Amino acid sequence: MTETRGIDRRSFLVSVAAAGGALTLGFGVHPSQAEAGAPELTAWIVIARDDTVTIRVARSEMGQGTLTALPMLVAEELACDWSKVRTEFPRPDENLRRNRVWGDFSTGGSRSIRNSQEPLRKAGATAREMLIAAAAAQWNVPASECSAFNSVITHGPSGRTLRYGEVAEAAAKVTPPKDVRLKDASAWRLIGKPTGRIEVPDKVVGKPIYGIDVRLPGMLYAAIAQCPVFKGTLKSVDESKLSGRRGVHNVVRLKDAVAVVADRWWQAKTALDALAIEWDAGEGGEVSSASIREFLLGGLAATTAGVGRAQGKLAEGFARSARRVEADYAVPFLAHATLEPQNCTAHVTGDRAEIWVPTQNGEAAMASAAHALGIPTQNVIVHKTMLGGGFGRRGVTQDFIPPAVLIAREVGAPVKVLWSREEDTGHDYYRPVAMARMAAGLDASGMPAAWHVRMTGNSIWSTLMPVAARGGVDRQFQEGFLADMPYDIPNYLADYAIRNTHVPVGFWRCVNHTQNCFFKESFVDEMAHAAGIDPLTYRRRLIGTHRNANKFLGVLNAAAERAGWGTPLPPGTFRGIALNEAYSTFVAAVAEITLAADGTVRMPRIVVALDPGTVVIRSPPRCRPRARSCSASPRRSMARSPSRTAGSSSRTSTTTACCGSPRCRRSRPC
Amino acid sequence: MARLTVNGHVRHVDDDPDTPLLWVLRDTLGMAGTKYGCGIAQCGACTVHVDGVAARSCALTLAAVEGKAITTIEGLAANGLLHRVQQAWIAHDVPQCGYCQSGMIMAVAALLKQTPHPTDAEIDAAITNICRCGTYQRVRAAIHSAASA
Repeated sequence: MTETRGIDRRSFLVSVAAAGGALTLGFGVHPSQAEAGAPELTAWIVIARDDTVTIRVARSEMGQGTLTALPMLVAEELACDWSKVRTEFPRPDENLRRNRVWGDFSTGGSRSIRNSQEPLRKAGATAREMLIAAAAAQWNVPASECSAFNSVITHGPSGRTLRYGEVAEAAAKVTPPKDVRLKDASAWRLIGKPTGRIEVPDKVVGKPIYGIDVRLPGMLYAAIAQCPVFKGTLKSVDESKLSGRRGVHNVVRLKDAVAVVADRWWQAKTALDALAIEWDAGEGGEVSSASIREFLLGGLAATTAGVGRAQGKLAEGFARSARRVEADYAVPFLAHATLEPQNCTAHVTGDRAEIWVPTQNGEAAMASAAHALGIPTQNVIVHKTMLGGGFGRRGVTQDFIPPAVLIAREVGAPVKVLWSREEDTGHDYYRPVAMARMAAGLDASGMPAAWHVRMTGNSIWSTLMPVAARGGVDRQFQEGFLADMPYDIPNYLADYAIRNTHVPVGFWRCVNHTQNCFFKESFVDEMAHAAGIDPLTYRRRLIGTHRNANKFLGVLNAAAERAGWGTPLPPGTFRGIALNEAYSTFVAAVAEITLAADGTVRMPRIVVALDPGTVVIRSPPRCRPRARSCSASPRRSMARSPSRTAGSSSRTSTTTACCGSPRCRRSRPC
Repeated sequence: MARLTVNGHVRHVDDDPDTPLLWVLRDTLGMAGTKYGCGIAQCGACTVHVDGVAARSCALTLAAVEGKAITTIEGLAANGLLHRVQQAWIAHDVPQCGYCQSGMIMAVAALLKQTPHPTDAEIDAAITNICRCGTYQRVRAAIHSAASA
């Protein structure tokens, strides 16, 4: 996200929310109030008399661990007893009323932990100092003689103690200190130490914690069919076949969708399937996979394209080179496929709405509902639930909310609107279709003297927020090929010809890195192969003087060493290596694949080395795979603090994931 | 009225006989632990036990399970004690988003009844549930752990 010229998804979300419903109207209208009952110490922390500490979590939990990791940041500095910590999601309307005291609710871009380090640790430290000050005042001793540990304040000279719950009420009245000292990383007792995730016990007993599980008194269920062609509209619905159908209440017509509302979802779904619906496909009706391909091939050949990165003189580099290597790559649109299909439960009464929704951005959900209904933003109450997967589907785009609130308004009762799997797959904001055309000129030593990366495809920014793709340059689409590219090429051009289709596109799990790493690393292998040089050696030579060369080399060497790069393989087994940086995490992987005579490819083993910065959640020790891993996936449980505190050195850990190879020893039980 | 036994309790439901068991459990009986993922018995999120055998409830009609004993994730713990698979899941911190895990746990509990000490190959063959977060390595480690508990 650092590549988008100062416009990131955070500011985008704020602007969307503001445009959707005058977000600023509520500011300052209601003064901040402590939660009824237990006293609030900073907006993030409530401590009850029985020492229970409630920590507010602004970001959504979708499996990435924020519900545990963010409270850990607070609790580390608060010096409270972790076993007494509870969590809650503050409501977006409360945030609005309290001048956005909890900041940004949007959960995406691998930002939750990176952006929360300082504010949350400071909140914990501030509350700790307030508790100490209150205890010191009660004892009439200097605060400097008191210390806090495990929810107990101790007066050193006298040995007297007070529990947090005993002084919380007095502490809440203490003026918060302006400046607090944060612990040195070497003194951390919680961050990075083995900790089970807070919500896991609920998840293994099937507690109804997801949006799809919401159940309200008098609630009806809706199934929805949206126009099968994007940007098309509803022409007509023949509901004659529904007469006498059991449980069916309403057929709701929207501009581009039809919904059936019934006592049960299955009744609604089967009734919807029985409806005769006529759609107006609109302009998109003529588009096919073949026409999109032709459109993109035009982008590869276009004479003009937005330049993401240029250095040296490309033509001169090619002129000096001894041989030319070329390759084209293509990837299709991809759906997010959250296992919990899109859903939203809504209750609309007059100019007020209440919704229960699995969303990556509670504030955008609030604005989206308000905008769809034409009511003030502060009239919308959003209850965030657990998400059965997010991956970007439930973040910037909140398209599952407007139909739900419109249906609920028409019905006049609480309605759970649940998309079928088919509807979910067919109406996503997809990872963009993309193509890359690579051309490199290799010098006499086989190294690239010139490299041209031409990309084309559907730009997310230019469709969702055109200002972010000013001048036809969408740098996010080219991420991985810009300053974050590990390799030194004297004459280099990365450009991108935007080719937008009618298919909606959106941010998808690491977004463009997922295809760009494939394009980039595949082509590095093509160059190495053409040069007759080992792919690992080739990469080591190419890394050169990149400002993060040590990190790139660190993960590259760690993965190669652990994988046994260069050691003999059985016939039919092959190794490949790749290297990338995404959102401040450095990662290298060595994959072993087998190729059967019938063409079947299997991957029995992959070794991943990653340098994610500070790791916040570590798995309990008994369940760590034997490869000393901290985490198998860069999407999970780690902080990528851009400015590390002293003592928190960068480290590289390797993880070996086993997929059943008889030679792999990583599959034994813990 | 169809009669079935859910987690040891006899229940009478008057849904249409062709209603999938999944929706009877979720909407009629209000037991939301069993999840809807695909609706075509591919992902396994809706896995329950029917007479002790793992079955995908989205593709089983009410008529097909009439009179049978159903166990759902809500009924897996016995006498206030979590099933050893659930315990292993907590010890190994298996779930990420967790949405698939009810079905995953039910499938594993059924597997361990039939095959108390499965090999990796037997796990791969029997546990075909889809986890979109990709917890498969932890799932496997937790299965071995539960098998030796």
